[in-house]
Amino acid sequence: MSSPALTSGGAAPRGERHHRRVRKVPTKQLLGVAGILGFLVTWELIPRLGIIDARYLPPASEVIAALVVDLGLTAFWVAVGETMKAWFLGLAIAVAAAVLLGFIIGSSNFLRKATNSTVEFLRPIPSVALIPLAVLLFGVKIESSLLLIVYASFWQVLIQVLYGVADVDMVANNTAKTYGLGRMARIRYVVFPTALPYLMTGVRLAGAVALVLAITAELVIGSPGLGREIALAQSGGAISGMYALVLATGLIGVLINVLMRFIEKKTLAWHSSVRSEVIV
Amino acid sequence: MKALKTLGYLLGLPVLLILIWWSATLGTVNFFVPTPASLVGTFGKVWFGERFLTDVLPSIGRLLVGVVAAIVIGVVGGVLIGSIRWLRALLEPVLEFFRAIPPPVLVPVLILLMGITDSMKIAVIISGCVWPVLLNTIEGVRAVDGVLSDSAHTYGIDGWARVRYLVLPSASPQILAGVRQSLSLGLILMVISEMFASSSGLGFTIVQFQRSFAIPEMWSGIVVLGLLGVAMSFIFQWAERNILRWYHGQKEVENAA
Repeated sequence: MSSPALTSGGAAPRGERHHRRVRKVPTKQLLGVAGILGFLVTWELIPRLGIIDARYLPPASEVIAALVVDLGLTAFWVAVGETMKAWFLGLAIAVAAAVLLGFIIGSSNFLRKATNSTVEFLRPIPSVALIPLAVLLFGVKIESSLLLIVYASFWQVLIQVLYGVADVDMVANNTAKTYGLGRMARIRYVVFPTALPYLMTGVRLAGAVALVLAITAELVIGSPGLGREIALAQSGGAISGMYALVLATGLIGVLINVLMRFIEKKTLAWHSSVRSEVIV
Repeated sequence: MKALKTLGYLLGLPVLLILIWWSATLGTVNFFVPTPASLVGTFGKVWFGERFLTDVLPSIGRLLVGVVAAIVIGVVGGVLIGSIRWLRALLEPVLEFFRAIPPPVLVPVLILLMGITDSMKIAVIISGCVWPVLLNTIEGVRAVDGVLSDSAHTYGIDGWARVRYLVLPSASPQILAGVRQSLSLGLILMVISEMFASSSGLGFTIVQFQRSFAIPEMWSGIVVLGLLGVAMSFIFQWAERNILRWYHGQKEVENAA
């Protein structure tokens, strides 16, 4: 009974801090909005005050107006569609290949050791090194983008899957073995659930990388999509249009991040619940 | 015997792959795929000589300057933004947006703003590499252990000493994770900025070979980029092992307990 009175001296500041934090929750969003507005105003002012020539950096209002105009154009949506098609196909191929190989390599100790040096050698090779090869093989087509995207995203996923498969609990695996689960059943019911969180992290990372490579391929090689539109706008002197497209790619990046987090949350909804039951 | 086994695991697959490549190109004259022998020959001829000084070294120099600058900016900015709560709330959405912009699209923007210069290429590298370091540093600074933080406060460790002995060490695993991402990004951006607008450098030379259908030379350029990537990854792993020695040791103790 006396303990609240005793600790009240110590609890008061903590209570105050707690109170402050409660009040901070709505301010956090407000500050975020303020930050965005502040950024836009600064951007608007820099060319208006002549700090940077408006020919090179148009004011924010002009760029946003150009983006709004873009949103009404079919050509813009066609370019977005091309980019997203390359992104999705590339990511899908990379994930499928990485999951298949990851489970095969990961489930055998011998294969894991034997492939380690090769994987560690091939992984850091920048995928843009393949640009000349892609141009020679496929020219300015979607296959060029796909080659780069698949190469870059593949390693992200493969490494995660290998870690995931290695993380399998030996007790669980041996238990499954004792109960007579075959190799395939063990992969399905023991290995796959363990590796899934790792796999999802890999897919999320690969999703971001795939967008970067999709845009890069379009920018440098000239395969159809937003990247090519940016390069065309720049060389054609449509400066506000170029900035508008850059903004658009940023928005797509944000959307992909949000989408990936959402998918991760949905597919792993069982995960934390299962784990918390185990702990209890 | 054990060393022999390790060596076998290390070299087995690469040797096997090269043998397959060698036997597949044996006797055939494929325009696109050089034989291993001709590739090695071309590699020596093309890259050991003047080109090493005029193209390879400047590219590596720009990469180093860009990456180091990005790390410094990222860590300093990250510590600042991570320690000041209102600043973090203010900047977080804007930073997330900038991170989401694919860095290569900044190449045309920076060409416009700065012209085709060396500083433009460095700016491209910085503008891409800074985000992983910055955002990871912010996360790392936020995740500083509360008990440690309070102890430091109680002992009157504040200001620079606090940053040096508490914040930076606790955030270093996260910071290095960011650095690792930004290294591979830096290499990509270096190549792109040179492919897009340049008259020298690795990226430029490789595109030049490709346009003139000098296929073995082009392949040798790809190999150079690959070796660069691998070298960077090894240097990073070595540095990480040294910087994070205390951390890995601590993990081992925790896992053993």
